[in-house]
Amino acid sequence: MFITNYIKNVFGAVKSLAVGMKRTGYYFTHHKEIITEQYPDNRDTLVLADRFKGEVVMPHNENNEHRCTGCTACELACPNGTIKVVTKFDITPEGKKKKAVDKLVYHLELCTMCNLCVVACPSDAIKMAPTFEHSVFDRSQLTKVLNQPGSKIMDGVE
Amino acid sequence: MFEEIGTTAEGDLQINVGPQHPATHGVLHLVLTLNGETIKKVEPHLGYIHRSIEKMCESLTYRQFSYVTSRMDYLSSHINNNACALIVEKGLQVDVPERAKVIRVIIDELTRIASHELWWGAMAMDLGAFTPFFHAFRERETINEIMEETCGARLTMNYIVPGGLMMDIHPNFQKKVKSFIQLFRSKFDEYNELVTGNIIFQNRMKGVGVLSPEDAISYGCTGPAARGSGVKCDIRKLYPYEIYDKVQFDEVLETGCDSFARYMVRLKEMLESIKIIEQLIDNIPEGEFQAKTKAVLKLPKGEFYQRVETARGELGVYIVSEGGTTPYRIKYRSPGFSNLSALDHMARGSKLGDLIAMMGTLDLVIPDIDR
Repeated sequence: MFITNYIKNVFGAVKSLAVGMKRTGYYFTHHKEIITEQYPDNRDTLVLADRFKGEVVMPHNENNEHRCTGCTACELACPNGTIKVVTKFDITPEGKKKKAVDKLVYHLELCTMCNLCVVACPSDAIKMAPTFEHSVFDRSQLTKVLNQPGSKIMDGVE
Repeated sequence: MFEEIGTTAEGDLQINVGPQHPATHGVLHLVLTLNGETIKKVEPHLGYIHRSIEKMCESLTYRQFSYVTSRMDYLSSHINNNACALIVEKGLQVDVPERAKVIRVIIDELTRIASHELWWGAMAMDLGAFTPFFHAFRERETINEIMEETCGARLTMNYIVPGGLMMDIHPNFQKKVKSFIQLFRSKFDEYNELVTGNIIFQNRMKGVGVLSPEDAISYGCTGPAARGSGVKCDIRKLYPYEIYDKVQFDEVLETGCDSFARYMVRLKEMLESIKIIEQLIDNIPEGEFQAKTKAVLKLPKGEFYQRVETARGELGVYIVSEGGTTPYRIKYRSPGFSNLSALDHMARGSKLGDLIAMMGTLDLVIPDIDR
């Protein structure tokens, strides 16, 4: 009885190892099932999901106009103090003072890509861009001003 | 304690496992007292990755605080966010649309599968098998791609927010999840072929790290660590949240009480999660994905508690509110901390090599223990 059990155990053990080796052998001979991304080499063909949260950007149209009103909703929504809105007062043609954005300072080094600022924005002025290669030589380059120089607010955005 | 490392008064050897030991998935420091190769005592030293998340949450508003919890148990980040969303909704008495609830459950279960896949690969690698890691990550990658497309990130998504969801699901979501279910079912047998049936693996797992049901309860173990000892503790069954009371699934229980039982619980749980997703993926109701909430959320004065079942066990969130925009005090009851406390009891009297198998089946995520 002991001998038969012993032999059964030995053969069962060898069989279990053979089953596992068969599986690894299958992948050894079937290269098509390998799914590794060859990242730096496939940079040209790499497509990221359009929702991918890489960094906050402010889209501008061809007339260098953006949709930001300078309401600071994004600054209040940010949990890390990533966004700082510097406002100024524009003089409208009627001669009234109107609050507008001077600089929207964005600290990429503090950002956790939580998307709360994009959701909070009432005028859809900012969005997440699918970029991910953010390495620079100096950390001061990570602080960005999102509105382009000389840009102004789009007509009809309040 | 650190000065005494070397030998104790009784002549036992004291050695450090960690903080940078390759077998630990975070930076856990274990001080072992050894008599020869036999473990006499295990002392975990915590705090290497403490970020004071509880204190940090006290200065964040109710919309902001949930994103931090993704950094606690980063493998079940959606489930952590779900707990935070649920407790705020409970306090504000917001009715979340049915569509959001269904999507939340699907996303939670996908997260659970992804977490168990990573655990399976990493645990097999701890025990010396390198191939399973790649097999696990191949399927996990598919889930990550689904998450990337719908939530915009691969690990810390911040997709489940108070009131509903951050954004609606991607148009490809249902199609991709269905193809994942097919892929997973076809590849699942490979897991058993590669690891479960392997005689070397079985001999290293069976009878190792025995935790009796009484001890599991008294140490406060939850999740697969306790269900491997036959303790019914699935929050999804006991205190159903979202729509878990409307879906059909079984609570996986094993009575082996050893490492192999805990291993089998997690493997079978992946299939149960697939079962839940299969029931829901074709029945996502139409409608809003977010309830209408005020711009500034203020919880009424009082105390609130919400528990959910993460991939590792019971996560509890406790909030004391003074009626303001930020919580007065937040306490997280993390599953990893309680599960780790049972390690000393399990390891006493066993061999040094078995400790790695025990740690593997407890599925420790160190940022969850330290917070």
